[in-house]
Amino acid sequence: MQWEVVIGLEIHVQLSTRSKIFSGSSTAYGAEPNTQMSTVDMGLPGVLPVFNGEALKKSVMFGLAVGAKINNRSVFDRKNYFYPDSPKAYQISQLYYPVVGEGHIDIELDNGETKRIGVTRAHMEEDAGKSLHENFHGQTGIDLNRAGTPLLEIVSEPDLRSAVEAVAYMKKIHSIVRYLGISDGNMQEGSFRCDANVSLRPKGQEEFGTRAELKNINSFRFVEKAINVEIERQMDILEEGGRIVQETRLYDADKNETRPMRSKEEANDYRYFPDPDLLPIVISDEEIEAIRATLPELPDEKCTRYVSELGLAEKDARALTVDRNMADYFEQVQQAVDDSKMAANWLLGEVSALINKNDMDIKDCPVTAELLIGLLKRIKDNTISGKIAKEIFQAMWTGEGDADAIIDKKGLKQITDNGAIEAIIDEVISNNPGQVAEFKNGKEQLIGFFVGQVMKASKGKANPGQVNQLLQQKLKS
Amino acid sequence: MHNKTIAELTAGLKAGDFSSVELTRHYLNRINSLDEQLNSFITIVPDLALQQAKQADEQRAAGQATIINGIPLAQKDIFCTKDIKTSCGSKMLDPFISPYNATTIEKFNHSGAVMLGKTNMDEFAMGSSNETSWYGPVKNPWSLDTVPGGSSGGSAASVAARLTPAATGTDTGGSIRQPASFCGITGLKPTYGRVSRYGMIAFASSLDQAGPMTRTAEDAAIMLNVMAGFDSRDSTSVDEAVPDYTADLNAAMEGLKIGLPKEYFAEGLDDSVAKVIEAAVKEYEKMGAVVSEISLPNSHLSVPTYYIIAPSECSSNLSRMDGVRFGHRCEEPKNLNDLYIRSRGEGFGAEVKRRILIGTYALSEGFYDAYYVKAQKTRRLISDDFNQAFKEVDVIMGPAAPSTAFNLGEFSDDPITMYLSDIYTIAVNLAGLPGMSIPAGFVNNMPVGLQLIGKHFSEAKLLNIAHQFQQQTDWHKKVPALFV
Repeated sequence: MQWEVVIGLEIHVQLSTRSKIFSGSSTAYGAEPNTQMSTVDMGLPGVLPVFNGEALKKSVMFGLAVGAKINNRSVFDRKNYFYPDSPKAYQISQLYYPVVGEGHIDIELDNGETKRIGVTRAHMEEDAGKSLHENFHGQTGIDLNRAGTPLLEIVSEPDLRSAVEAVAYMKKIHSIVRYLGISDGNMQEGSFRCDANVSLRPKGQEEFGTRAELKNINSFRFVEKAINVEIERQMDILEEGGRIVQETRLYDADKNETRPMRSKEEANDYRYFPDPDLLPIVISDEEIEAIRATLPELPDEKCTRYVSELGLAEKDARALTVDRNMADYFEQVQQAVDDSKMAANWLLGEVSALINKNDMDIKDCPVTAELLIGLLKRIKDNTISGKIAKEIFQAMWTGEGDADAIIDKKGLKQITDNGAIEAIIDEVISNNPGQVAEFKNGKEQLIGFFVGQVMKASKGKANPGQVNQLLQQKLKS
Repeated sequence: MHNKTIAELTAGLKAGDFSSVELTRHYLNRINSLDEQLNSFITIVPDLALQQAKQADEQRAAGQATIINGIPLAQKDIFCTKDIKTSCGSKMLDPFISPYNATTIEKFNHSGAVMLGKTNMDEFAMGSSNETSWYGPVKNPWSLDTVPGGSSGGSAASVAARLTPAATGTDTGGSIRQPASFCGITGLKPTYGRVSRYGMIAFASSLDQAGPMTRTAEDAAIMLNVMAGFDSRDSTSVDEAVPDYTADLNAAMEGLKIGLPKEYFAEGLDDSVAKVIEAAVKEYEKMGAVVSEISLPNSHLSVPTYYIIAPSECSSNLSRMDGVRFGHRCEEPKNLNDLYIRSRGEGFGAEVKRRILIGTYALSEGFYDAYYVKAQKTRRLISDDFNQAFKEVDVIMGPAAPSTAFNLGEFSDDPITMYLSDIYTIAVNLAGLPGMSIPAGFVNNMPVGLQLIGKHFSEAKLLNIAHQFQQQTDWHKKVPALFV
């Protein structure tokens, strides 16, 4: 039978507020266990939550960025369950009235088409602490530093039809939250996590199949792998006439398999109800518009502009706009050298190659935008050739200074004096009488050989355009 | 000395008739010698009290006396007190030493008050007789065979027995007013949001409100001057200006419009209590007030509404008592579930368990709409009744409780009857209104409380109305024979 895959994602984004969502404790990552918690985070008797308005602002920014309806009134609910790292034994979340309503984003498919994916809703909630199982001799340690960190849970419609689409969606959301500056999106530190609901149905059937929920997958690569193994698992069962059990499953990256965590029957009844300790969160249309005015240009808008205004190919424009830091870097270079294609080629060529190889963020790139601008200006004014520029780029990467300093130090200035170039050409001609004869007999493709020889003799410094022109003159005279 | 009010004691301190240390010693001695009969205190803190008294005396000597400087008080054991056991009347929190002070405690500390100790109460404030306390029941000073009411039974009994000039209480469904009525003292439950709930261990967050328990309305006004006000740590506290509650105590009653809800004088009300209330209302008529009958047609919904909302909230609020971070933990837990089940099973008493079960059930999937959502709707109806009534009248009066104090053990196995003893007080919490109970007379030597219900934030008016009554009557001056 032909099966259709149906996937919906729930993405948890840690909002980059300085203090927690309901207390004044710091949200900084990596502190000693239980040093960033207050009586509120510990859930001591008598303490009360106070909402951090920054979390609202950041959530609204996201909602506006995905074209969603912002609810003027949203309400915090309690999600009740016992677990040691949940100090109040309930999580403050938003079930009935989330802050962000329906919206959508567009993802780019491999065939170049775009597909619209619905965002069902997004709501604010607090993160739990962490249970530590190692080094406690049969006991469990609790670290409450993370407890109360603000999260935005973004729920998609079941519009995704493959693991590849799911990853594209996830990457787009990642790109948007980073553009907005509402999250650092750091997946290793858990600032960006994903649960995937996966089900299969016979192609053409409207009704959804029974789904399994894959919990807490923390990298783009694992999302793709986890969904694919889950699709295979479900397909095997269905092909053999079996039935899918609704359950929560965990992905084991080492074994590349999913395994059951808890079934629907074992699922908690969370007994949601409005948190009586918190007032409804109210935001006026004026306040929403004020936040809208602060929104930066988003990846899709930027991409469109790069194509229409800067004349870039769509593919290049897309690649430059995924990451805001990359786009900022590009724009700075592009404006300084006034050559969009040159800036794009360098960014997507040399710069990307090295930062990818070093698994580095563009903002940590040792060749800063200023350095690259200095280099590209020397290409533009013919001080150096593109080939030499690549050599200088490597030197800048290893910290040898700016382009001018390296050109000076290494004597890489391009030879543009006709006389000097002619002297080299004359030498090359006299050293290669055989090739000269062949050229004169009509083997004109040998021009490349002569250019190469001249460039070699000039250690790459001769201006290639001039070399070409002067060679033609001399050989044909 | 112990028959003086806060106002009189403050005058005495000011005049130098006695020091705060002397005053504090006097009350500590009374507690030591008399509280054995009442069990109104869970914790007494003589060292701290005398230290605070000494400090208060020094402040006064330096000319820096604050409004309640040097006055000894008792705090209900529901308020977190730094470095002092805060048990909430439960075995669960018997080992709990709070690392921080509730806002109310902080405010009294800043105002120069002296804390004598922490008063007994129904476990987690769940009860109407103070019999659910893990520390044993409190006795009513007027008759040691009867209950003092609850949940602020220890506070009410200690004030009535002159073991403290005044105390704090909390009121979720009548827990200040009903014990005030049973013990013959003045109790005020302020408007929801008037007094910070920060550091007050939550029972039902949308209903809980702290207030003063005193002998006179004037003292209640002085106490409320300390307690009231916005607190940025409590999102439900209201940012509304705090008047001087003593300023208008003497305003005249001429033309005051009093409403008597017919539903509060119907079946279920003890006849002799009804007579005391009617006589009290007559007293107001003599002062020029105008009395009319009103209707609160949804009154019959109060108790069922309350017993969905309060248990629902408490089932969640009490979940943090899980044996993991503080409070009672069972011996040798075998695994996580065992830790939860035995710690909570051992730590909570029967009434608390009953309410957790009711609340857990009411919030469960499939029942939520039928119970919790429905209860929120009936809550609105009850609230609307009051809004409607206050278009016609300035204050609503009626009994605070259907009877005088009942006997210890009388309703311990009959929770429904016990729940009905709050029938006249519960609606006020559901509507978030201020309410008071003031001594209005006696039936068989047991006190009867007159309940006053006002509009939101009309505490000053209620205190004025109560004070005027106390200028005309001396019910509030009666002292239980055993505690003269």
